[in-house]
Amino acid sequence: MNRETVLELAHISKHFGKLIANDDISLTLGKGELLALLGENGAGKTTLMNVLFGHYTADGGQVSAFGEILPPGKPRAAIEAGIGMVHQHFTLAGNLTVLDNVMIGTERLGLLRSGRKQAAAKLRGLSERFGLQVEPYAFVADLSVGEKQRVEILKALYRDARILILDEPTAVLTQIEAEQLFQTLRGMTDTGLSVIFISHKLAEVMAASDRVVILRGGRTVAEKRTSDTNRAELAELMVGRRVVRPVRTDQAPGRNILSAGKVDIVEDGRKLLDGIDFTVRAGEILGIIGVSGNGQAALGQLTCGLRGADTGTLVYDGNQANGFSPRMLVTSGTGRIPEDRNTEGAIAEMAIWENAVLERIHEKRFSAYGFVNRARCRDYATELIDRFDIRGAAPDTRTGLLSGGNMQKMILGRNLAASPKLIIANQPTRGLDEGAIAAVHAELLAARKDGAAILLISEDLDEVLALSDTIQAIFKGRLSAPLSAEDADSRTVGLMMAGIWETSHAA
Amino acid sequence: MEALDIFATASLWSAVLRIATPLIFGTLGALICERAGVLNLGIEGIMTLGAMVAWMTVYQGGNLWMGLLVAALCGGLFGLLHALLTVPLGLSQHVTGLGITLFASSLTYYVYRLSLPVTSSPPTIEPFQPLAIPGLSDIPFFGEAFFTQTAPTYLALFAVLLTAYLLARTPLGLAIRMTGENPHAVEAQGLNPVRIRIGAIVAGSALMALGGAFLTTATFNSFFPTMVQGRGWVCIALVVFASWRPGKALLGALLFALFDAYQLRLQHVIESAIPYQLFLMVPYVLSIVALVVMSRRAKVPQALMAPYRKGER
Repeated sequence: MNRETVLELAHISKHFGKLIANDDISLTLGKGELLALLGENGAGKTTLMNVLFGHYTADGGQVSAFGEILPPGKPRAAIEAGIGMVHQHFTLAGNLTVLDNVMIGTERLGLLRSGRKQAAAKLRGLSERFGLQVEPYAFVADLSVGEKQRVEILKALYRDARILILDEPTAVLTQIEAEQLFQTLRGMTDTGLSVIFISHKLAEVMAASDRVVILRGGRTVAEKRTSDTNRAELAELMVGRRVVRPVRTDQAPGRNILSAGKVDIVEDGRKLLDGIDFTVRAGEILGIIGVSGNGQAALGQLTCGLRGADTGTLVYDGNQANGFSPRMLVTSGTGRIPEDRNTEGAIAEMAIWENAVLERIHEKRFSAYGFVNRARCRDYATELIDRFDIRGAAPDTRTGLLSGGNMQKMILGRNLAASPKLIIANQPTRGLDEGAIAAVHAELLAARKDGAAILLISEDLDEVLALSDTIQAIFKGRLSAPLSAEDADSRTVGLMMAGIWETSHAA
Repeated sequence: MEALDIFATASLWSAVLRIATPLIFGTLGALICERAGVLNLGIEGIMTLGAMVAWMTVYQGGNLWMGLLVAALCGGLFGLLHALLTVPLGLSQHVTGLGITLFASSLTYYVYRLSLPVTSSPPTIEPFQPLAIPGLSDIPFFGEAFFTQTAPTYLALFAVLLTAYLLARTPLGLAIRMTGENPHAVEAQGLNPVRIRIGAIVAGSALMALGGAFLTTATFNSFFPTMVQGRGWVCIALVVFASWRPGKALLGALLFALFDAYQLRLQHVIESAIPYQLFLMVPYVLSIVALVVMSRRAKVPQALMAPYRKGER
C-alpha cells in the first residue's frame, strides 16, 4: 500500500527546561490514512502535535505538509496548509453559538459585515456530508460533550482541512460515541482526508487505525501496520515492559457492609436514581457498569455521603439511615475515590502532605489542640509515597504537578492506608494509562483480599469484568438484578448497559 | 400627587438623557474591555482625567470637539498602560485598575493645580449648546424632552448602535467576544488574543474619557476635582446589569439617570420633610436592586479577569 505522503515530520526535538519531551522524532502520514499515535501519558504525543500545529516552536527539526515546509510557531500557517487540530480540552466558547465558534478567524478582521448566512449554509452542508449533526445557532454550552467534539471537527473541516489531528478524542466520550466517532473518521479518510489520532487506549487503536506509531519517553520506539500487530505487543512497546493486569482469585464473601433498599434520588422532578437495590459484602467487589450519565454521579454522591436518599434506606454495617455524613463515613472506615480526581479528589494547589491528611486531619496523630503536627503529616505522606509508588513526588510537591496516574495512586493510597472496610471507587482508572491501570487494579484487589467491601462504579467493560465478583448495570437511574461473575460475558453485560435485562425485580 | 406630576414634565426627560450621557460612554467603554476579558477599574480615574483634559484644551483656546478628541487620546493612553500591565504581563486586573484610577485622578489634580492659580470660583469655558434637531424638535413634549440635546449626547446614542453592530455583526466583534470567552480558541485559529485585548482596552478607555469630558464640556462649564463622583463605579455595575450587552447598557444608563433626575426634582416637592441625602441615595439603592434582579441570568464572559499566557491552559 503506497500512499502519497501528505505530511512529514523530520527530526523534531523539543524540551521544556530539563525535560526532553520530544527527542528526534520523525514520522510521515499518507493520503487517506488513519494513523494512531500511541503512548502513555507523558510520552510526548501532545507536545509533538502542538509542534506540528505551531503552538510550540521546536528546538530542532521541521514539518512539511503537501511538500511545503511550514514556518515554525505559526498556527495560522498550519491552518492555511490544510491542517486542522481538535484539542483534548476543547477550545470552544460556551456562551457563543456553534456558528460563532466555527467562524472565528475565518474572515478578515477589517470586514464591515460578516457573512453569517453563507457561513451557516456551508456549515450545514459540511455537517450533512460527514454525518456530524449540529445546529449552527445553538449555544455551545447547551451541547453534550460528543456534540462539542463534532463542533471542533467541523471547525477544522470548515477551514478546508485535509489533515485532521485529534488529541485523545475518546477521553471524554462514551463507548458508543467513540464508536460513532471512528466511523465518521473512517468516512473522512475514504474521501481522501488524512487523520492522526492520539491515544493510549489499545482497544481503539487496534480497532480503528491503519498504522500505529508508538512513542515512549519522547522517542519513537516502533511503527507498525495495525494488521501486523496485536494488543499485547503494543502494550509492551508502549510501556517498555510486559504489563500484566492482575487477576482476581476466588474468595468467599463475608458479612454485609453496605446495602441500599429501594432508594430514589429526585432532582427537579426527575428521578436520578429510581428504586435501586444493591448489597456489597466484605471481601467482595460489586461492579456497577453503565454508560456515563445514567445516574452514576448520584450514586457516587449517595454512597460518599454528599447527598441523602429521598426515599428508601441505606444500611451501613448495621446502621440504617437515608444517608450518612462524609465525616461519619470516614471515621467508620470508608475509602472514597471520587469520579473527578482533579476537582473532588485532590486540591491541586496544595502540597501532597496536605492532601494526604485532608480527610483525617482531626485524628490525634495529625493535629492536637487546633495545631497541625506537620512533621507527622509529612512522615505519613512519605509513607504513602513509598508504599504506593507515587512517582515524581515528595511530601511538599504541589499535587497538581503529579501525572493523572500518580495523583490517583495518592488518592488510593490515603484511602487504603487505613485498611478501610468499604471502598467507593468511582471511575478509578478513567484517563489513566496501561501501567497505572494495572497498579490501581492490583491495589483494589489487594484491599479486597484484606476483606474490604468495594463498590466499583465504572464505564469500562473490561475493568468491570476483570475485577467484579458481582455485576449490576445502571441505566436511566435503575439498577439491574445482580449477575455473578461466572455468568457474565461481554455480550450479556453489553446488553445490560443498554438497559436490556430481565426485569426479575419490579422497579 | 405632585410627586407623580414630575414624570409629565419634559424637563425631567431632557435631564435623563443629559445625565445618562457620561454613563453611556463609560458603560460602553467598560463593556468593550470586559467583552475582551479584561476588567478596567481604571474607569473612575480615566473619566476624571478626560473631564480635566477636555476642559483644559478648550480653556487654552481649542474648540470643543478638539477637547473631546484630546480627552479620548489621553484616555486611550491610560488604557494602553492598563493593557500593558494586565495583558502581556498578566498582573492582577483589580489591583492594576485601582492603581490606574489613583494615578490618573492624582495626576489630573496635580496638572490642574499646577496650571491654574487657586481661586474661589473655578474658571469657566463656553460649553456645548443644545442642538435642536430640525423637524423632530418641534414635536410637542417629545421634541423638548429628547431632540434638544447637546451634540455629544447624540454621539453617545450613536456609539451604542455602533458598538452593538460591531460586536454582533463583524468579524472583529466576534474576535473580541471570543477573546473574552476563550482566548485559547482565538489563538488556535491563528489570531492574536493579546493584540485584540490591548486594542479593546485602548478603545474602551477612550470612550470612558469621553464620558468624563462630557461633564466639563456639556453638563457643567468648569472642572472641579470631585466631579466624577463615582460615576465610573456605577458604569462597572451597569455592565453587569446589562449582561454585557450594549442595548441593555443604554437601558441601564437611562434607568439610573431617571432615578437621579427624579430624586433631584422630588427634593423640591417634598422640601425639608426628609433629609435630602436620603434622596441622593435613591438611585444607588435602586441600582443595587435592579442589579440583583437583572444579573442573576447574566452570561459572564468566561475568561473575564483570567490572564492569557500563550501555551498555557
